[in-house]
Amino acid sequence: MGGRWRSALMTAAGFVLLVLLWELAKLVLPDAGVSVGDTRVLPRTDDAAMPHVWTVLAQLGRPEVAVPGARLVGVAVAAAALFTLGLALGGLVLGAVLGMVLALVMLRFELVERAALPYVVLSQTVPLIAIAPLVAGWGGKIAILGWSWQPWASVMVISSYLAFFPVAVGMLRGLSSPIRADVELFRAMAAGWWTTLLRLRLPASVPHLLPALRLATAAAVVGAIVAEISTGTRGGIGRLIIEYAQSATGDPSRMYAAILGAAVLGLVAAGAVGLLDVGLRRYRGSVR
Amino acid sequence: MSRRPMLSRRPLRVFAVAAALAVSVAACTTTPEGGGSDTSGGGGAAAGGNQKVTLQLQWFVQGQFAGYLAAVDQGFYTDQGLDVEIKEGGVDIVPQTVLAQGQADYAIAWVPKALASREQGAGITDVAQVFQRSGTYQVSFADSGIASPADLRGKKVGNWGFGNEFELFAGMTGAGITPATDVTLVQQQFDMQALLSGEIDAAQAMSYNEYAQVLEATNPDTGQLYQPSDFTVIDWNDVGTAMLQDAIWANTERLSDPAYQETTVKFIAASLKGWAYCRDNLESCRDIVVKAGSTLGASHQLWQINEVNKLIWPAPSGAGLIDQAAWDRTVQVARTAVNADGQTVLTQDPDPEAFSNEYVQQALDLLKADGVDVVGSSYQPTEVTLNPGGA
Repeated sequence: MGGRWRSALMTAAGFVLLVLLWELAKLVLPDAGVSVGDTRVLPRTDDAAMPHVWTVLAQLGRPEVAVPGARLVGVAVAAAALFTLGLALGGLVLGAVLGMVLALVMLRFELVERAALPYVVLSQTVPLIAIAPLVAGWGGKIAILGWSWQPWASVMVISSYLAFFPVAVGMLRGLSSPIRADVELFRAMAAGWWTTLLRLRLPASVPHLLPALRLATAAAVVGAIVAEISTGTRGGIGRLIIEYAQSATGDPSRMYAAILGAAVLGLVAAGAVGLLDVGLRRYRGSVR
Repeated sequence: MSRRPMLSRRPLRVFAVAAALAVSVAACTTTPEGGGSDTSGGGGAAAGGNQKVTLQLQWFVQGQFAGYLAAVDQGFYTDQGLDVEIKEGGVDIVPQTVLAQGQADYAIAWVPKALASREQGAGITDVAQVFQRSGTYQVSFADSGIASPADLRGKKVGNWGFGNEFELFAGMTGAGITPATDVTLVQQQFDMQALLSGEIDAAQAMSYNEYAQVLEATNPDTGQLYQPSDFTVIDWNDVGTAMLQDAIWANTERLSDPAYQETTVKFIAASLKGWAYCRDNLESCRDIVVKAGSTLGASHQLWQINEVNKLIWPAPSGAGLIDQAAWDRTVQVARTAVNADGQTVLTQDPDPEAFSNEYVQQALDLLKADGVDVVGSSYQPTEVTLNPGGA
């Protein structure tokens, strides 16, 4: 467990370093930033562009709107981050299942692999902003077994669209990673396709799958946030960032508070997937 | 490394997979157009016997859409037998496309942008011109000496692009400036920092939003908020290149359906009643918008509704009625003004079906019979005091 503590400590140290760097930049660099000719190479550092860290934190304790009964910015950010976390994890599960099934099908039928793999790669070159309105358009048009499509479901689908890719590719790589001798041993012992899959290929895929899942988590979080921004889905952190950015002219600290929430959300999601690491530890060393 | 020594020779399994896919696709059914409801012209009957109607906005709920939110909150739609669901916009949501594709019954959109979509095949009709004036400004610091479009020559001019910039380009062209060569064009962000930090000399701003943002920022020289006297504003209504903005758009094809026609009249009537409510009850209307979930500051929101009211009221011929002259000017600018990419909004005049006063006239008659003031001849805007950051 020592290593785990150390990595947690290093994460915290990294965060502190980032805060110090931010404040140092504000202290040292000129307010107007640094420009070479007409091109700015370093950003403006005045309070209107880079608020102090404590201004951002203080923002969390202020009411969102100056009317009685309004919730605090901190509460709003936390609620939004939690909402997006749910959608991102939903998208991750959806994407992971899809990616694994796709990998299995591609493993089983070489024809499918040859036909589908280029499209799997191609799918990631289609810009998200092109897909988002399309998927958002499902709202009110599609009903699945009597359940009508909700805006958050669009966000989840878009998030899974980004998440399935690393899983599909990583899983396929993992499933086909056992060396020839192992595969031939299984064949010599008259093991069928399913037995080989369960006893050999799946365990062997774990070391490839875990990093793929980490990538997929990051992609799912980014996908969920971008999809929220793109479709304007209420409740999530992406929407909140845009909302707060609208009033960033005088004081951008509130927007940074929301961005901070998004960063914490990413860390939590990565941590949650890190737990999988622990659960699947016994397979980690099978191919090394 | 060898991969998969055991190749499948069993097409049966392929068939099984295909069959499974087919079943799962069949489980997803599509509902007919009209915002998730069955369509007897604008939607079917909801639980309470009201007709379900969806309205697609251009952006998040804010004061710009106060009238529709008030009509929901005050039950004006319900009074007309409508159960209205308001769909918020987003960065990539194009309301007129959503409408044309049948995912909403009505949409709010700027006239030039909607006409551009129409030219590309979107079957939509302007049925009520809610904002009769343009809310777009070009804002500069007073000491920059920019008081008219001609003064923009040689300056750094911010603009939003994406079809929001044509009034500015028409204004500059009208003043004898060639936008592509005589000014430095800068793509503007959502916020107004570029103007305040001096990166651009003149910034595009909506009277009801970005202009308020600069007045909510602190002037570092005085320690107080910036004052209107610190700025000069070019108002395109005065220059004569103003284009029509927020209008209620309906689906052209469905307008041939008598039931949808009737719904349209009711929808416009209740919406205009909502706007009349916001004219007469500014603060209550602000509270409705905040309650609807807008996180913009309270004073900013009040400013926004007050400014939007100015774009609607007074409406001498009746709110929502499309003024032929303003329409023609919009079309003319849309056909002639060339933006930074060398494009005009429209390449040909829109056909007569692009707008119709038929339904808004019926709606106005309904409201007048009801005793609602749809002209607002005595309307006076209030003075809104903005707080720092719009709080």
